[in-house]
Amino acid sequence: MIAGPDHRAQGELLRLSTAGSVDDGKSTLIGRLLYETKQIFDDQLEAVERASKQQGADYLNLALLTDGLRAEREQGITIDVAYRYFATPRRKFIIADTPGHIQYTRNMVTGASMADLAIVLVDARRGVLEQTRRHALLASLLRVPHLAVCVNKMDLVDYSQQVYEAIEAELSEFTARLDVIDVTFIPISALNGDNVVHRSQNMPWYEGVPLLYHLEHVHISSDRNLIDVRFPVQYVLRPMNDAYHDYRAYAGQVAGGIMKPGDEVLALPSGFETRISSIDSTDGPVAEAFPPMSVAIRLEDDLDISRGDMICRPHNQPAVSQDLEVMLCWFSDTPMRQGGRYGLKHTTRNARALIKELRYRLDINTLHRDESATALALNEIGRATLRTTAPLFFDPYRRNRQTGSFILIDEASNNTVAGGMILQGS
Amino acid sequence: MAAGTAQEAILRASTFIRDDMVYSLSHLEALEAESIFIMREAAAELERPVLLFSGGKDSAVLLRLAEKAFRPARFPFPVMHIDTGHNFPEVLAFRDRRMAELGERLIVRRVQDSIDQGRVVEERGPNASRNKLQTVTLLDAIQEFEFDAAFGGARRDEEKARAKERIFSFRDEFGQWDPKNQRPELWNLYNGRIRKGEHVRVFPISNWTEIDVWHYIERERLELPPIYFAHERDVFERQGMLLSVSPYVQLNRGEEPFRAQVRFRTVGDATCTGAVRSAAATIEDVIVETLGFRIGERGMTRADDKFSEAAMEDRKREGYF
Repeated sequence: MIAGPDHRAQGELLRLSTAGSVDDGKSTLIGRLLYETKQIFDDQLEAVERASKQQGADYLNLALLTDGLRAEREQGITIDVAYRYFATPRRKFIIADTPGHIQYTRNMVTGASMADLAIVLVDARRGVLEQTRRHALLASLLRVPHLAVCVNKMDLVDYSQQVYEAIEAELSEFTARLDVIDVTFIPISALNGDNVVHRSQNMPWYEGVPLLYHLEHVHISSDRNLIDVRFPVQYVLRPMNDAYHDYRAYAGQVAGGIMKPGDEVLALPSGFETRISSIDSTDGPVAEAFPPMSVAIRLEDDLDISRGDMICRPHNQPAVSQDLEVMLCWFSDTPMRQGGRYGLKHTTRNARALIKELRYRLDINTLHRDESATALALNEIGRATLRTTAPLFFDPYRRNRQTGSFILIDEASNNTVAGGMILQGS
Repeated sequence: MAAGTAQEAILRASTFIRDDMVYSLSHLEALEAESIFIMREAAAELERPVLLFSGGKDSAVLLRLAEKAFRPARFPFPVMHIDTGHNFPEVLAFRDRRMAELGERLIVRRVQDSIDQGRVVEERGPNASRNKLQTVTLLDAIQEFEFDAAFGGARRDEEKARAKERIFSFRDEFGQWDPKNQRPELWNLYNGRIRKGEHVRVFPISNWTEIDVWHYIERERLELPPIYFAHERDVFERQGMLLSVSPYVQLNRGEEPFRAQVRFRTVGDATCTGAVRSAAATIEDVIVETLGFRIGERGMTRADDKFSEAAMEDRKREGYF
C-alpha cells in the first residue's frame, strides 16, 4: 500500500482547471479522480455516504466530496473557484474547480489563468452545446496549453463509438478555428469510472489512454517560455548589517528565459547594461535560474533598480509602451466604462490605466464581434485600448502569460474588476 | 513586434535538444518558489505585515520560507504568537528557541489578558476551549499594531471552507471573511489594496498538502516541537480522540487516564488537539505513517472542527486564523 517515503516529493506539478455546466458530471469526475487516487480519507467518505443517503441517492454521490461552503450544500451548487489536490507517483495535481453556471466567465478565467491543462466536459447525450464552445473558447483565450475534452456519460449512450466520433468531429472543427495548442479527446463515464483511471472494458474501440494517464504524461516542461529572459524585480534585498554591508540583490520570480551568472543583462526602464554576478538562494548560489524559480540576483554594477523594474537581455527586450491593445474579461457588477480610470497591476508594477476605447465586445457563444458596444458588463469579454500612467514592459500574452497579463482594480472599492491579456502595443 | 511563427518554431525546436528534466522543477520546488513569491509580494505591497506563529509544523515551514524570501536581510515583519495559555510546554520552548536562532522580533498576545479585560468570557463545561476566544485576541492585536497583513499557515487541503479561500484573503474592518464576495485571483497578480482598518490574510502555503509539508520538513531538516514524534504520555479518550491529561482539561465521569505511546498530528490548543497512537519517531517514519492515514488531520485530531459540519466556515467568517 505504501511506497517509499520519497515517492511523492519528486514529480512535476501540473495545474489543471475544470469547467462544466450543471449536471454534466464535473463534480463527479473530480470526486472520481480523488477517490481513485486515494486522496479521500475515510472520514470524508463517511460524510459523503451519510449525505448521499440523506439526499436519497442510491449510489455514492462523489460530487459531494467537492461541495465546500454551507450555502452550496444547501443549494446543491458550486459557488466559486475551489482548489483540490491529488498526487500520483508521477505528478502532483492542483485542480482549480470552477462552476459552470453562474459567474461563469469570471470563475473559469480565474481557474484557467494558471492552468497547464483544462478539462472540458461534454455530456455525450447532449453533444456539443453552446457552453461547450464557450469553455473551449475561454481556455484558448487564456492560452491554456493543453485541452482535454472528456465526453462524459458514455454509459448512457451505450458506449457508442458513433456518438463519440460525431462529438469529436464537431468540436474539432470549432477548436481548429480557436488557435488551441493541443487537444485530446477521451470518452469517459465519471459515474462508473470508465477511462478515468483505468482503461474501459466497455469501449474497446477507443485507442487512446485514460484521463489520469494523460494527465500524468502530457508534456508540460516546454510550455514555459525559456527563450526570452524576463525578470520582474519584486523586492530589493539590502541587509544593511556588518556581515553584508554592501549586499544588494534583486529578488523575484523568473518569468521567462534562462539566466546564468556572467550573462549580460539590461534593466528597464533605465536601459543600463551590466552582468549578473551571482544568482542567490538561501541554499547557496545557483548556476541557472529559469521559470518559475524564485531567486535573488546580484549585478556587477550598482544600478538604481527597484520594484517594478524589469531585467532582460540587451538583444531581447520586452515591448515598452503606455498604449496597449488588450482583451478584457470583466468581473464586476459595475460595468466597464469607456473613459474609465482604474488601478492596474502588471508583473510587479502598479500603474493606473484609462480605457480609451472598446473596440468590440466578443459574444463568447458565437464568436461574433459587436463593434457597436460601448461597455462591458459582468462576465463579458471585449477588446479595448488602454493608456497607462507609466510604461509597461510586456510581451504579447500569447508569447508569455506572465508578462502579458494584468488586472484592473476599482480605485474606490479596491476590488479586482477585470483580468486582461495584452495583444500588442498600439 | 514579431510574434512570429519563426520564433515559435525555434522555441519548439529547442525543446528537443534539451534534457527535459533540467529546466523543470519538482513539485516541492515549484511550491516553494510560489510561496516565496507570495511572501515577497505581501511584504512589498503592504506596509505592516506580521507573521502568525502557532508553534505547529505549518508555522515552522512559514518561518523557513521567510528565511528563503528575505535572507540575508532581516524579515520585514515581526512574528506574533496568540497564546491561549493552554499550550503544550514543548511548543513554547520550541517557539523561544526558534525565535532566538532567527534573531527576529516576537510579539506575544495572551487570551488570558482578553479574559481579564472582559473582552471575552471563558467557556465552561467539559468541552471548554479557548480556541474560539483567540479570534478576539488576534483581532485586537491586529488593531493595536495596525497590522495590514497577517501571514498564516493555513492550507486549502485541510478543510472544505479553506479550499475556496484566496491566497490574499481580504478582511473587512471587523476582521470578517466574506466567502461569497472574494476578489478574483488571477495568474500571480495578487491584489493587496485595502483601506485603513482593513487587512489581508496571506496564505503562502495554500497549495501545499499535509504530505508536502512533511516532505519539506524532511528536505530542510526543520526542527519541530518534539510532541510531533512518538512519546509516552498520559491521555484519556473523549469522542474517539485521545486528549492529553493537563491542568486545562477536566475529566468527565467515566474518562480514565492511561499511558500510551502517541504523537500529535496537528498542534493547537491543548484542550482540543488530539493525539494519535504512533511509534513514528523520526520525520521519515512520520512521512510513511502520513501516507497511510485514512482520516484527514483535522477530522482525526481537532475537536473544534467536529462540532458542526460548517464549524470552520463559521469561525473563519468571524476572523479566525
